[in-house]
Amino acid sequence: MTAPEPPAQIPLTVIGGYLGAGKTTLVNRLLRRADGLRLAVLVNEFGDLPIDGDLIESRDGNVINIAGGCVCCSYGSDLMAALMDLDKRDPRPDHLLVEASGVALPAAIAQSASLIAGYALDAIVVLADAETVRAKGADPYLADTIAGQLASADIVVLNKVDLVPDSGRAAARDWLSARAPHARVLETVEAELPLAAVLGSGAERLATPESHHDHAHDHHPDHHLDHQAAVFTVDAPVDAEALAAALAGAELDLVRAKGFVPGRDGRLRALHVVGRRWRVADPPPGTRGPGRLVCIRFAAAVDTAAIERLIAAGG
Amino acid sequence: MTTVFRAKRILTMNPSNPEATHVAVRDGRILGAGSLDDLAVWGPHTLDERFADKVLMPGLVEGHSHTMEGTFWRYVYCGYFDRMAPDGRIWPGCAAIADVIARLSERDGALEDPAAPIAGWAVDPLYYGDRRLVRADFDQVSTTRPIGVLHASGHIMNVNSKALEMAGLLRPGIDHPGVPLGEDGLPTGELQGPDPMMMVNTLVGFDRDMLAGDETGLRQFARLCVRTGVTTAADLASLLPDEAVAMMARVTGEDDFPTRIVSLRRFHGLTPAQLIERAVELKGQSTDRLRLGKVKIVSDGSVQGFTSRIRWPHYVNGKNGLWYITPDELREIYTLALAQDVHIHTHTNGDEATALVLDTMEQALRASPAFDHRFTIQHCQLADAAQFRRMKALGMCANLFANHHYFYGEQHLTKTVGPERARRMNACATALREGVPMAIHSDAPVTPLGPLFTAWCAVNRLTAKGKVLGAHERISVDEALRAITIGAAYTLKLDGEVGSIEAGKRADFAVLDDDPREVGRENLKDVGVWGVVQGGRVFAAADI
Ligand SMILES: [Zn+2]
Repeated sequence: MTAPEPPAQIPLTVIGGYLGAGKTTLVNRLLRRADGLRLAVLVNEFGDLPIDGDLIESRDGNVINIAGGCVCCSYGSDLMAALMDLDKRDPRPDHLLVEASGVALPAAIAQSASLIAGYALDAIVVLADAETVRAKGADPYLADTIAGQLASADIVVLNKVDLVPDSGRAAARDWLSARAPHARVLETVEAELPLAAVLGSGAERLATPESHHDHAHDHHPDHHLDHQAAVFTVDAPVDAEALAAALAGAELDLVRAKGFVPGRDGRLRALHVVGRRWRVADPPPGTRGPGRLVCIRFAAAVDTAAIERLIAAGG
Repeated sequence: MTTVFRAKRILTMNPSNPEATHVAVRDGRILGAGSLDDLAVWGPHTLDERFADKVLMPGLVEGHSHTMEGTFWRYVYCGYFDRMAPDGRIWPGCAAIADVIARLSERDGALEDPAAPIAGWAVDPLYYGDRRLVRADFDQVSTTRPIGVLHASGHIMNVNSKALEMAGLLRPGIDHPGVPLGEDGLPTGELQGPDPMMMVNTLVGFDRDMLAGDETGLRQFARLCVRTGVTTAADLASLLPDEAVAMMARVTGEDDFPTRIVSLRRFHGLTPAQLIERAVELKGQSTDRLRLGKVKIVSDGSVQGFTSRIRWPHYVNGKNGLWYITPDELREIYTLALAQDVHIHTHTNGDEATALVLDTMEQALRASPAFDHRFTIQHCQLADAAQFRRMKALGMCANLFANHHYFYGEQHLTKTVGPERARRMNACATALREGVPMAIHSDAPVTPLGPLFTAWCAVNRLTAKGKVLGAHERISVDEALRAITIGAAYTLKLDGEVGSIEAGKRADFAVLDDDPREVGRENLKDVGVWGVVQGGRVFAAADI
């Protein structure tokens, strides 16, 4: 008899940002596109119903059941209890989104979630309202809180860019680059983002051995969204950690990189990169070669040549 | 049916009739106070002389406590100071860690199930020198059951290895600022801040739903009120779901329930508009002994937990704390509440949180002009004179945390805000000088319930080590007695009903062994409490 495998860790994304930046809009978009993925969403409170009415299947106190097996729970002052409850749900969610309240620090939420062995932090996504972020960021009461939120971001979603002139958008980007110098900044309208960028899950589907260097437009339900994906085969062993760190570098400007690569010892490793954050873990049981990797960039083409060079150099 | 109570002396807190020897009561209300001759005008009466050698004051008003104090007594008391339980037993303080362990072991021995948890409360390792509590301490009590002891501040818990193991925390690789690690790379057993504590709360036996309404706790709390002379206590705050309101209405409505509970709805889980709507709805469900319809908002954290919002130069370590509400929501709540006459109490500890409240109040008043709103800042610990002047100008009240110096003053001197600001914390004298309506409070169970002790704290400003902290903010005994009666009643908008002994008001009295004005300011806390009269009903501490 063999010891039971510990259940796979559930990837966790913290979604932060001040009131009105579009966190709820983003969550609803992701739920709408979940496409078979069992998303669990934790929101601070149900004050204003956080979920579009047509997505709701049923509601039971602090839990809203959503079409397609997704679920939304309010955590109020007891985030840990909500996280522990979700971890015990059957079936377990495939991915967990935690929506932070307007003045919460997403990094602190991520750190607390790390106390539960069942979760692995995937990314911190912070939304910023292109119209108001600079004013809120200059508010004497809020400046340090907003700076703290942005500094922890792997991805900053600069939302509502349609509401500002080009000059305002450039100014907001400038302002952000000083406060979140390592984060990828994605400009959006109504928090319209590809699932793959936020969750990395669509990316997994792209990273099948059959597809090569395909532009995302052919395969993905997010086809109208402005992002580019490139798929790579990784046959020879690489230093997975070094490769992941390189893919997280600012020059490549990748939002996501995800896949399985043969490590130095020949065993497959799972690699996750979100903006500047990366981690390398054991792949789910039964994962087989060849090694493959999908890289996603927002609003610009992936530098495939540079990435081929990294792979060839063994990370 | 008229009863006239005779007392050695009656301190009425009514400036136009400050002292009396008799008070006439009918239907739970006061007909008048004066000499027996004065009261003859009310016709035949029964003369009740049992208080002939007692001193009566208006029933004391605790403007900021939590009925949870009553709940805690089902757990093991592990505090450093002697503390009175609802049954009147004085639990001696634990002078050393060994005493804490011994007390937990006593409970251990009384439990048959070796897996049953033990929860304790009020431990304060600050008083045990530099040595911190570690899991090995409580492993001496048991390795088979989870044990958790909450610190007096409420912000830290210490647990044994079993509790860590059950919570999945007894593993290497933990990386959290609230979970210190030992040399072995494993958690030491100290869990700081709400999130790490939540991991073990239910495991060690603290009920997760404790705050939603606990009937036994409410009854125990009322017993403590009788023992401390309190006839009206604010419960700050609960979520007040319908079931809890029904339970509280039933229990407080019982003929022998001795306390008027003012329970505030905490802002949580609702939008500002829903909150105000709920408050209006709750107000309509008020009874004499259960007053509803007020709202509590928490704006920042605690000073000693390093989570309060403090203006420059911030904490002495240069850091600042956390916001627990967005300024936008605060403004929306205030504006709606002013328009609909909902009474708001806002917790601030740091002076930046107070500044935000004042700025927001100013904006809200411009949008929803209102008079006599009495929005009250709770704790308001670090406010300076300029802020008190603004409170006055904006019609706000302050309920200051006078007990805090005694328990935490030494820390504030050296570790949190430094001497100057530590000395102006809970600046009672400044508040009064600037004309701010003021109350003082215990925040029980954070510190013990007992308005006379709270008054003693405001009058003497001593730390537990006997050091005077902020001599210039000490207030007189008369001022302190006012703060724990009519002053606190004013912040609850109950000063027309309670807080003084005068015609038409509720017959609520604190029955004292001595005149608190005559025992000497340093002995104020030791004035004996015989019990209370509440709504004309007599409750002796000895029988409660
Ligand atoms: Zn409190």
